[in-house]
Amino acid sequence: MGDIIMKAERLVKTYGRVVGLDGVNFELHRGEVLAVVGDNGAGKSTLIKCLTGAEVPNDGTIEFEGSPVRISRTQDARDLGIETVYQSLAVSPALDVASNLFLGREVRRPGVLGSVFRMMDTKGMRERARQELSELGITTLQDVTVPVENLSGGQRQAVAVARAAAFGSKVVFLDEPTAALGVRETNQVLDLIRRLKDNGVSVVLISHNMPQVFDVADRIHIQRLGKRAGVVTPESHSMTDVVAIMTGAAAA
Amino acid sequence: MSSNPPTDGIHLADEFLDRSTPASRARDILLRYPALSPAIVLVIAVIIFGALNSNFLAPNNLSLIAQQVAIVGTVAAAQTIIILTAGIDLSVGAAMVFASMVMAQLAATAGGLPAVIALFIGFVVAMATGALNGLLVTRLKLPPFIATLGTLNIFVALTLLYSGGQTVIGADLPALLTWTGQAIEIGGVRVTTGVLIMVAVYIALAFMLGRTAWGRHVYAVGDDKDAARLAGIRVDRVLMSVYIAAGAILAIAAWLQIGRSNAAGPNAAADINLDSITAVVIGGTSLFGGRGIIWGTLLGALIVGVFRNGLSLAGVDTLYQTLAVGVLVIAAVSVDHWIRKAN
Ligand SMILES: Nc1ncnc2c1ncn2[C@@H]1O[C@H](COP(=O)(O)OP(=O)(O)OP(=O)(O)O)[C@@H](O)[C@H]1O
Ligand SMILES: [Mg+2]
Repeated sequence: MGDIIMKAERLVKTYGRVVGLDGVNFELHRGEVLAVVGDNGAGKSTLIKCLTGAEVPNDGTIEFEGSPVRISRTQDARDLGIETVYQSLAVSPALDVASNLFLGREVRRPGVLGSVFRMMDTKGMRERARQELSELGITTLQDVTVPVENLSGGQRQAVAVARAAAFGSKVVFLDEPTAALGVRETNQVLDLIRRLKDNGVSVVLISHNMPQVFDVADRIHIQRLGKRAGVVTPESHSMTDVVAIMTGAAAA
Repeated sequence: MSSNPPTDGIHLADEFLDRSTPASRARDILLRYPALSPAIVLVIAVIIFGALNSNFLAPNNLSLIAQQVAIVGTVAAAQTIIILTAGIDLSVGAAMVFASMVMAQLAATAGGLPAVIALFIGFVVAMATGALNGLLVTRLKLPPFIATLGTLNIFVALTLLYSGGQTVIGADLPALLTWTGQAIEIGGVRVTTGVLIMVAVYIALAFMLGRTAWGRHVYAVGDDKDAARLAGIRVDRVLMSVYIAAGAILAIAAWLQIGRSNAAGPNAAADINLDSITAVVIGGTSLFGGRGIIWGTLLGALIVGVFRNGLSLAGVDTLYQTLAVGVLVIAAVSVDHWIRKAN
């Protein structure tokens, strides 16, 4: 396993009186698959949001590749090579699949059309979207010009996953990416996670599905009441152990 | 890589075939082509009014409709980009009149500024009104409806304060300001430069909305603000740019207004606020944001113009014309609801 690519210390995030994160620590190694598990409301999504610029933590520090960083917008994270599938998916329903894949990083036409008139290369982006989708093995999206709202829940999830996988050069965060997927599509996503890992990309996977977690994860971050209750590996602990730590029945 | 990608995912096309009924297919088509229904309404209206009265299709009458539509059409273009962001602007008419008074008074002959400068300052003022709306919406997080209800009153008051309630008549205005009312002949048809300017506004906006990243971000912000933010779009910046751009378009409308009425009065164009929203709605743009195209608004403005003109040629009282427009609005919003219900 590689060096530490991303690290956070004592992250605190409160929503009014609700404490989302209560001084959580986090480490992610280069090229690993790290699962984040925990009960509903344990602060898994909040952690991911604070690490990817969707939320700004009230306190705590984040390091990326050894240097302290401030990630106050998702664009900051993107610039670092970090991509995220949020639990809410964050896709734009009225826009088509290709537009969603390239949302916020539209490609312009070459020459004056692009530089002076700022014209987008719509055709090129569609072409690249098709290519990315087939390279990622996502066969559930045949037509990249279909508005996302015409897709099923699972297909929307596929759009969000494809976007993160296509552009995440260093770290990909996935917040319950298989929640709406069928068995076959879930396996596609798990394959995708393995392939990202093979390419040296670190993957953070939030999931409630223990067999899935034990299948793909190198290490497991157990989140409980806004804190990290422990980090274990599938080799060192059983599913029952993990659930016990998650619920506070056992210590890590 | 050890895994080979599975190839038998769910095929989208198959899924559609299974679920579609004639109604749902119609809905899908209308969802994808929001300008389709106003286009159909316009064609039918033109055919009916043309059949009812032979004067309706006369080039002179069509040219008149175009002139009548030019100002509200331009204002409605500004309204469209705001509504696309899930906003609404009740101050468009007041801002336009304010800008027209600024342009006219600054340029009015006795010791006035050069016409170009007056026009320029009018643009700056109109863009400032847009910026004020934008700031209220992005910084104070006011709902656009409330923010622009407030600025509507502010702009009306400013206009009256600034103009002292006086109308500037055409004879006192430099040629540049009334140029938009000049008629030119194109292939035997007389059109005013104002009409051509309106068409240019639409072409420019259609390009910006459909072909640039800015346009795509406008749709994304109106569609789902949080999703747009999470996709790295600076939502507040996009909103500010939209309100300021709307201000610039209103300055153009102000210029057209001066040309058409050959004067600038503080009480001009009283109905233009609601008329602009009417055109946007009839044109198939959703008041919920993120959905619609700019050409639909032009069609919407033309529909209103055609209805008013056609009904008055048919000898129908103005009252009933207004009634017809009201029915159109309700019909258009119902269609929008029906389309959106699918999701
Ligand atoms: N936007 C918000 N406003 C107020 N409270 C919030 C907000 N987001 C999260 N919280 C609170 O923070 C805590 C952690 O929530 P979070 O969404 O991170 O949980 P989670 O571990 O992802 O749960 P789940 O498994 O249900 O997705 C919860 O108590 C939740 O109520
Ligand atoms: Mg969550």
